[in-house]
Amino acid sequence: MQPDKIFSLLKLKFSQATQEGSCGAVVIPRERLLDVAKYLISSELSFDNLHCITAVDRQERIELVYIFFSLQARHNLTVKVYLTPDDLKVESLASFWKSADWFEREIYDLFGVTFRNHPNLRRILNPEDWKDHPLRKNFSRSDFIKKERY
Amino acid sequence: MAITEKIPASGLIEKLPGGGVFLTTTENIFKWAKVSSLWPLTFGLACCAIEMIAAGASRFDIDRFGSGVFRASPRQCDVLILAGTVSVKMGNCIKRLYAQMPEPKYVIAMGNCAITGGIFCYDTYSVMKGTEELGIPVDVYIPGCPPRPESLFFGLMKLQEMIRKEKNAAR
Repeated sequence: MQPDKIFSLLKLKFSQATQEGSCGAVVIPRERLLDVAKYLISSELSFDNLHCITAVDRQERIELVYIFFSLQARHNLTVKVYLTPDDLKVESLASFWKSADWFEREIYDLFGVTFRNHPNLRRILNPEDWKDHPLRKNFSRSDFIKKERY
Repeated sequence: MAITEKIPASGLIEKLPGGGVFLTTTENIFKWAKVSSLWPLTFGLACCAIEMIAAGASRFDIDRFGSGVFRASPRQCDVLILAGTVSVKMGNCIKRLYAQMPEPKYVIAMGNCAITGGIFCYDTYSVMKGTEELGIPVDVYIPGCPPRPESLFFGLMKLQEMIRKEKNAAR
């Protein structure tokens, strides 16, 4: 299915969804994430594979990027959720796609986004006693040597 | 004649008539045994470990130096070859492995990452700036990214040379 067709189907169901940029990513409000996920996996779109979750720190907001793929229909979809830095909480998708478990742990580890109802939200890469989140733009530490930019 | 010149303290060696019996000091025997059986720990951290594996295979053959017996337990080995990037999370593990090794023990830092952090020295939160930052004394540094197996052998021979010059061999 073409990306525009997928978007128009989503727009029918979720009126707040908007399309962003040239890549055609669909931005949805944080509150509707669970509903969108339920629709994506159970409707005729049949997104049975959560390919990747990643995050981008834009300083005024943190974007979560979800990339879905359908192994049956062979189409994909990028969904974005914007979070404000003072409230980094979002619902977990681990109950729909098992791959979300470790992706969300990684984002929690590196960006400090908390996922509600996650089965096991612990750090996955960094030592468990760390307090900070290294991929944030404002991350700094005494032993962190910054290289000069030319 | 040529062989005896290569043996340490060959002036002390006597050959008895009619038999292959040598007389030497116990210190030299200890040193010879130590130098000829430096067993490393099976411990690879990153891409340098691939070169270490190549050094163990038949083309380069680390067995020629008596170091071919890679032990899977720190309690059975003499030399810790730190081959690769030492990450912060691996740091405690390395300290514990080093503490479990029986004396006398030696450490070879193989590759730029194990020496100073290498390309991960700047702008990285997860890599130690070298093995010495962990408080582990390093005997031989082998630079390279990664060093070739020949460089590893050169470092190993330097370590053997160092052990031959040690004052108290039976420590």
